[in-house]
Amino acid sequence: MSATPFRFVSTDRRVREDRRFVVGKGRFAADVALAGTRHVAVVTCPHPAARIIAIDKAEALAMPGVHYVLDGRELAAATQPLLAGLDTPKVPRRPLAVDVARYSGEWVAAVVADTRALAEDAAELVGVDYEPLPFVLDGEAAYAPGSPLVHADHGSNVLLDRTFVWGEVEQDFADSPHRLSLRVKWGRSSTVPVETFAVMASWDPWREVLDVFASVQMPRFPDQVALALKLPGSAVRVYNDVDVGGSYGVKRGIKHAVLVGYLSRRLGFPVRLIEDRLENMRAGDAHGPERNFDIEVAFDDAGVIRSMKMRALDNVGAYAGRSPFQLGKPVSAIVGPYRIRSVQYRAIAVTSNKTVQEAVRAFGQAPTNYAIERALEEVAWHRGLDRLEVRRRNLIRAEQFPYLIPSGTTYDSGDYHAVIDKVLAKADYAGLVAERDRLRGQGLLAGIGIAACLEPSGANSTFEPLLNPKNETTTYTEACRINVDVSGAVTATIHTLSAGQGHETLVGTVIGEVLEIDPDRIRVVRPDSLSSLPSQSPVGSRMAIMMGGAAFHAAQKLKDRIVAIAAHNLGIPSERATYGAGGVSDRAAPQSRLSWNELVTIAHRNFHRLPPGTEPGLAFTHVMQVPTGGQLPTADGRVQMYPCFAFEFHLILVAVDPDLGKPEIKRYFIGHDCGTVINPKIVRGMTMGGIAHGIGAALYEEFAYNEEGQLIAQSFMDYLLPSSHEVPPVEIVHHVTPSPHTVFGQKGSGESGYLGAPAAIASAINDAIRPLGIAVNSLPIRIAQLGDMIAAAREKMSPRMGSG
Amino acid sequence: MKPASFEYERPAHLDEACALLSAGDDVRIIAGGQTLVPLMAMRLARPKRLIDIARIPELSFVRDEGSAIVVGATTRQCVLEHDATVRAKVPLLAKVMPFVGHAPIRARGTVGGSLANADPAAEIALAAVTLAATLVYREGDTVAECAAADFFIGPMMTALPAAGCLTAVRFPVWPEARIGVGFHEVNARRSDFAFASAAAQIALDDAGLCRRVALGVGGITPVPLRLDAVADALVGSRAEEAIIRDAVRAALSDIEPLSDLHASADYRRRAAATLAVRAITDAYRAAEGAHAG
Amino acid sequence: MPVELNVNGQTRMVAVEPRTSLLDCLREDLLLTGAHAGCEHGVCGACTVLVDGAPMRSCLMFAVQADGYAITTIEGLSPGPGELSLIQDAFCETHGMQCGYCTPAMILTAHALLANNPAPTREDIVDAISGNICRCTGYAQIVEAIALAAERMRSLNRPAGTP
Repeated sequence: MSATPFRFVSTDRRVREDRRFVVGKGRFAADVALAGTRHVAVVTCPHPAARIIAIDKAEALAMPGVHYVLDGRELAAATQPLLAGLDTPKVPRRPLAVDVARYSGEWVAAVVADTRALAEDAAELVGVDYEPLPFVLDGEAAYAPGSPLVHADHGSNVLLDRTFVWGEVEQDFADSPHRLSLRVKWGRSSTVPVETFAVMASWDPWREVLDVFASVQMPRFPDQVALALKLPGSAVRVYNDVDVGGSYGVKRGIKHAVLVGYLSRRLGFPVRLIEDRLENMRAGDAHGPERNFDIEVAFDDAGVIRSMKMRALDNVGAYAGRSPFQLGKPVSAIVGPYRIRSVQYRAIAVTSNKTVQEAVRAFGQAPTNYAIERALEEVAWHRGLDRLEVRRRNLIRAEQFPYLIPSGTTYDSGDYHAVIDKVLAKADYAGLVAERDRLRGQGLLAGIGIAACLEPSGANSTFEPLLNPKNETTTYTEACRINVDVSGAVTATIHTLSAGQGHETLVGTVIGEVLEIDPDRIRVVRPDSLSSLPSQSPVGSRMAIMMGGAAFHAAQKLKDRIVAIAAHNLGIPSERATYGAGGVSDRAAPQSRLSWNELVTIAHRNFHRLPPGTEPGLAFTHVMQVPTGGQLPTADGRVQMYPCFAFEFHLILVAVDPDLGKPEIKRYFIGHDCGTVINPKIVRGMTMGGIAHGIGAALYEEFAYNEEGQLIAQSFMDYLLPSSHEVPPVEIVHHVTPSPHTVFGQKGSGESGYLGAPAAIASAINDAIRPLGIAVNSLPIRIAQLGDMIAAAREKMSPRMGSG
Repeated sequence: MKPASFEYERPAHLDEACALLSAGDDVRIIAGGQTLVPLMAMRLARPKRLIDIARIPELSFVRDEGSAIVVGATTRQCVLEHDATVRAKVPLLAKVMPFVGHAPIRARGTVGGSLANADPAAEIALAAVTLAATLVYREGDTVAECAAADFFIGPMMTALPAAGCLTAVRFPVWPEARIGVGFHEVNARRSDFAFASAAAQIALDDAGLCRRVALGVGGITPVPLRLDAVADALVGSRAEEAIIRDAVRAALSDIEPLSDLHASADYRRRAAATLAVRAITDAYRAAEGAHAG
Repeated sequence: MPVELNVNGQTRMVAVEPRTSLLDCLREDLLLTGAHAGCEHGVCGACTVLVDGAPMRSCLMFAVQADGYAITTIEGLSPGPGELSLIQDAFCETHGMQCGYCTPAMILTAHALLANNPAPTREDIVDAISGNICRCTGYAQIVEAIALAAERMRSLNRPAGTP
């Protein structure tokens, strides 16, 4: 491996945030203590759908220590509905149900008391009369005519039903010798961080500011809180220096924040809501996609796919904020890493009487990758071809970059074949196949799993105008401000909360690289939202690109100023002024030099020595627009959606106990190309964590509902999170194809591993059971169901009397 | 998830604890709390008064009485897991202990607590039923005993009276020299409650034939099952797979296993058979190796 | 009820309702916020503290049950202000965390493991932390941190060149 061309970028540096976490000095939302805080517990609806007839608060209010019982009508009268992404004015969403509750667990009232325990006691005493209503749970059933309506005024359960045709789809199908179709299902799971959503709001009537401490990862959080509370945007102050205990997309908490914000203003003291785990699972509104994919592909004898039709129907739950856009983001990589020439994509979002979805890691890309990879596998089986070979034949080739896909996005760079070759070499592919065959010889079912997929990164919200033409948002920013103080110390700012992504380390490394200063000497702080520059928060795998970019450009402006001051004071043209070795010198006479400290002093204290027209001090800001962003979609829905595309290739070996149906991942290899890696420890952690998350979605996690509309998986007893036993050792192979759009060639990696692990696991299990003539087309894959499938298949193949 | 309010008592002696239990309604014992506290946190259990017996010295012990090993009810699961006497004299119990929850649960959870909780898939309950253990309890001043098979009457339901307090469990010691054990379970994740499990203890004679067999299956019916018919069928054999399969199939053919979100009845029936074969096979092989001469 | 707790070597008096968990007592009454609530029903392990050296879920103990034990929280592990223990430093070296929420629990669990088993295998480490859920890391760098800590502890006070 060649040495990195960088001084600090790509070197194996410690993540500075770790220091506070290992001593338990993280500052999580529940750790923030304000005097006089009271606590909220919520009253929840037990029915999947019900009219709220009456709410009796008297007994609860009579309890000592109880201050208030808030209901939906009062809150609705005082606030605006929460923002919805689509144009669906008849589907309002509010923190507390108003007249009708639409899913089991929905919040109906909020009790405020001196302690959380007392609030829970009082919540039990709030009497609510309900009239149960008809309800619908299944997405296809909700889509069908005649279904019970979740929102009567909306007239249907359809929030979105839009079809895009990119390229000559029908012609390509007609011209292709083969076609096949299949349905796959992505079950409802989510990221389920270990920390639930927690928020404390404190209204200061003297300064007229609402202070908000929240465990949040959400673009536009401060202004959406302000909008809902009918406050000016500058009346809400969100503290960005709260540490978030994991989010991976879901910690939006907008209804929680509006609830406590209102209560604090109404009651005159700080109010805190820490979701307990039951509240979080049932009604935190943080579920993930629940999607049916119907895919049809047209392909030739060699298994090369020419065209694809995809219908994706997502059951978003009883309300929708941003979540239907999870059908739009995958348009950015709708053909995956493949040269599919034309695409018909139909995106359908329906309401049902289930918990509300939120943005889950990769915002719909992981389910879409699973669907695309299943189609590739079926094409291979159909043609009797090696599945790896079919991937190779379909993949975009290195010389084809930048590559324009039918939906209008250009992939920036990549060398997918090289990554695959590296993984195969690392894994000793022939040996892996031999190991699979040896396991089969021992009587196990065994299979090799493959998945090739992309991580669109950098984020752009053009899925908003794509799916809601009334929304013309094309701006997606991040910013950094750097200040060098009079002592010469460098301080930079981050304007968002972080959930473990190492942003402080990222910014320090980038600025250190530009300024040639040890990154650990660069202070990184988080001003509150009122003191912040525009930020869209760490979504869409964007921070390495955007925060890195903004920090880079701000540092570059600083460096340029330093050089300009030096040139002016050394009396040389700026082209001769050379930055380096702790100062600026004259290239023609290196002993003619000014040190960093001398230049800082001039900037801060010697105005008479500054070049004319120069601002004093050393404060620089860069507000950055997403590269390649800024256009609206065309009439047929084509647009550049995200700027950068990372690639991953999973290769795994799975054994399945044929009698018990229990899978075991024996070997796991992943090839990962996210361009230039700014911090290897951070990127590795992201990939490992993403794979673990993908294992959960594939094998263990599901928000299952029973027929009565009750969420069965309400606690960690039934919603199964992978422990250290369930995640095998993973070997990562790296490759770097830099992005032309970013300052160091970096791409995003926050979603890596999760994007392809479910597809790879499904691929392996299907390879294992294919000899029995069966396949699994839904996730998660449950042991007992797999066992039943295997038993039934074996029975068919060799029926025995009285087997069982 | 804060529990409803309750009063807390920590009696120093068993007599005092039993008196307190008999004294009122809505009184419950707490020992390790590893199953009770989650129920209380979810307000599914709301005792008005908790009687903490965890530190009553007379309830925590492992005693070798020759023909039986007697374990005090508040003996921590981790103590049992590492006890040399238990490993030597009641090997099946030692075998299942590492499968009970996770180490932090076993650090605090008690043997009696697990038995009184009576989860259909609980490992200790399965071992108790398989080995025909006897549970000893107090109700007020009265001491009573109950065979394990009679103690578990349904999912999370036991024959323990409302004011009763488990005090000990008596596990029979097998006199034979060549003993082996096997235990297998199937669950989604390691340490989850099992969809199905099987526990076997086998003693061989000098010729290597099964002399005494105990087999139990758990997780497939509301209470753990001891399959005596299978045990009987195996005595005198070398535990060949075909014999095991036929016997297990016959024994399970007239029970209706549980069917739920996790697994169908058919799955449980098949899994129980598979696990029983594996447990018995392991036990047989271990017993063979137990006497090198 | 008054309760006398021994936390990190210090005697602390608290007055709590019986229903107050040890977790809530540590966090709210003693302001030791390093133990975290993740589920409050004993599954996730984020609330782990050491009780007489053994990792336990503090959400499953009531404070009134916790007298008479030596309780160790993450705050009791640093040698001094600004200093990291060997295990804490190993976690920083391998980046055995991301969001930090499960980290105190992982470190305490590692502490207990290495006190009893100075040469754990990978399987021993995986088993020791299997009762602690992490959603960020996929566990790899955590396992590496503990293995690194074990290796470093074993080579303390040994002459250079000793194998």
